[in-house]
Amino acid sequence: MNAEALLAAGTPTACAPWPRVVVPRAVWIALREAPGLDLLALWGAPGMAHAAFLDRAAMRVVLASLPAPEGRFPALSPGRPGAVLFERALHDLWRLLPEEAVDARPFLDHGRWPVAGPLSARPAPQEPEAPPMTFLPAEGEGVHQIPVGPIHAGIIEPGHFRFHVQGETILRLEARLGYTHKGTLSLMLGKSPRAAARFAARLSGDSTVAHALAFARAAEAAAGVAAPPRAVAIRAAMLELERLHNHLHDLGAIAGDAAFAALHAECGEWREHLLRAQHAAFGHRLMMDRVLPGGVAQDLEAPGIAALRGVLARIAAALPGLRRIYDSHASLQDRMVGTGIIAPALRDAFAPGGVVGRAAGRAFDARVLNGEMAAEAMPLHAAGDVDARWRQRHAEAGIAIARAEALLAALPEGPLAAPLPPRGGEGVALVEGFRGECLAWVALDDGGLIEALYLRDPSWLHWPLLEAAVIGTIVADFPLINKSINGSYSGVDL
Amino acid sequence: MLWPRLARNLLTRPRTDPPVTPRPEVVAALRERLAEAGQRRLGRSLAIRHVDAGSCNGCELECHALGNVAHDLERYGLRFVASPRHADVLLVTGPLTRNMAEALLRCRAATPEPVWVVAAGDCAVDGGVFKGSYAVLGGVEEAIMPDLVIPGCPPTPTQILEGLVALLEAQAG
Ligand code: SF4
Repeated sequence: MNAEALLAAGTPTACAPWPRVVVPRAVWIALREAPGLDLLALWGAPGMAHAAFLDRAAMRVVLASLPAPEGRFPALSPGRPGAVLFERALHDLWRLLPEEAVDARPFLDHGRWPVAGPLSARPAPQEPEAPPMTFLPAEGEGVHQIPVGPIHAGIIEPGHFRFHVQGETILRLEARLGYTHKGTLSLMLGKSPRAAARFAARLSGDSTVAHALAFARAAEAAAGVAAPPRAVAIRAAMLELERLHNHLHDLGAIAGDAAFAALHAECGEWREHLLRAQHAAFGHRLMMDRVLPGGVAQDLEAPGIAALRGVLARIAAALPGLRRIYDSHASLQDRMVGTGIIAPALRDAFAPGGVVGRAAGRAFDARVLNGEMAAEAMPLHAAGDVDARWRQRHAEAGIAIARAEALLAALPEGPLAAPLPPRGGEGVALVEGFRGECLAWVALDDGGLIEALYLRDPSWLHWPLLEAAVIGTIVADFPLINKSINGSYSGVDL
Repeated sequence: MLWPRLARNLLTRPRTDPPVTPRPEVVAALRERLAEAGQRRLGRSLAIRHVDAGSCNGCELECHALGNVAHDLERYGLRFVASPRHADVLLVTGPLTRNMAEALLRCRAATPEPVWVVAAGDCAVDGGVFKGSYAVLGGVEEAIMPDLVIPGCPPTPTQILEGLVALLEAQAG
């Protein structure tokens, strides 16, 4: 099954700018194995399962939906390991049962909510009882378990990691998330896109611009509105600034997890300078709530632009030095090179986005898909280990600076936002955040209020790869590998 | 080479911000709380255990920034520790999700007395934008009474520092 066959076999809906088709069951089952289509996301709606794919040949997104009137649908996980977590969450939130699913255990639902299937048509009241979690087993001589979390040792989001180890070697890791589940999607339903934007901005705080932008673009596509050019440029600049501050954070934190404090301090200082310039320019250090459906919340004025360009120039000058420090310490390299490898077979099976994917050799960046960046401009450090992910981030930080600088130097004049008319429609968007592609899908009812939606963080495909990448490594390398992948907990927990 | 670096650092201005001063009324209120509780005083240094009770991770970014060279929280005698058993302060972020409530209570139970509980960020104060969700209890006080709240979404590192330094001042008096 390729994208053409999929589109021909289904009934099209009015989704913009990429197509969504409602398909019969047999076609849905065929999507388990469709080599040209990478799974982006799988989610639900009352009585309906939705899936989003990347059509690699045509570089576009394709959506498929299967009606599930009986509350069940054929699982995609038998052919697509990346579907496993999505299916578990789908059952938790929408109470749709994935038939023949590889893993039927709950994921986000810990049995502590007052309702079962909170996003289903009729959520059933339930008595919170929190049954004990079950973990996949590992057996053998001297195997023991290390339970970690939900509260971890550092300043980090909560999640439970269950290690099975033999001596120092990790045999199996399972990440159990859902601790930060806030019911974000349910809070957005029935609101206008403008009123719902602040929830998209808080799906994962470190990607606040990326998720808010994906949501805004999807809502604009649904309402048939285009943001004015000045807003488009300011948003694009914010996206690059967000990428840069997070990459600086990760470049430092990875070194910090290898106990190399100097680089950590150096990167942290540059990041702080950048956040202060962002505060000067946007009135918020992380630029939260500055992206709105229709445009931007406020203008970027000359002093702010000057502050940003000044700090960008200084960071650009400092970046090569950061890599020299990294390159010239054999003790640091020793921890990074060959650690936590994501092998090509796994990369192809999961098709992860972002730095994690590119550092394993998967040449995809949503900015190329949106025509914002040339494919040749994308660096690839393809070894798949911690070192490759560090170098990939370093290279991408440089590109982010160049792009932000170019955007800030030539902001078009004009209005900051277009009004969103209260009308129905359906839209989808893919935005390259610092972790990878953030997907938003929004359906508006005739009054322009949100009828159905989904927001998907790239971390959905990164968590299972973390579990795979640590197998055979030692427990002491886990923090390093985890930091180099840096999945969002809140982004997945919804 | 160490010497050139050392020389350079001796000749440049410090990269650290000037120290923050906490608001006097906050210090006074905390002192009153201390007196009321007849609480034993902690020393002039506080060990902080951060607990994320379901945040969006925005607050965590700013807690991290407390450790960078500009804010350098360790110069005040403040430091983050890895276990609640070592902690004098629980710094709680997030709207307190139902899935995190038990973990927070267990963490509190594992923290030796006396302890300050700080709710940092609008979410931790009262649930913030997530108030009213089926998955959220709505603020730290639904599980434990905080001694100090630091609003903001997220609060800036300077605001968090002002709060933490106020705790130090309160017990110094
Ligand atoms: S207060 Fe704001 S930044 Fe902090 S967790 Fe809540 S939404 Fe995120």
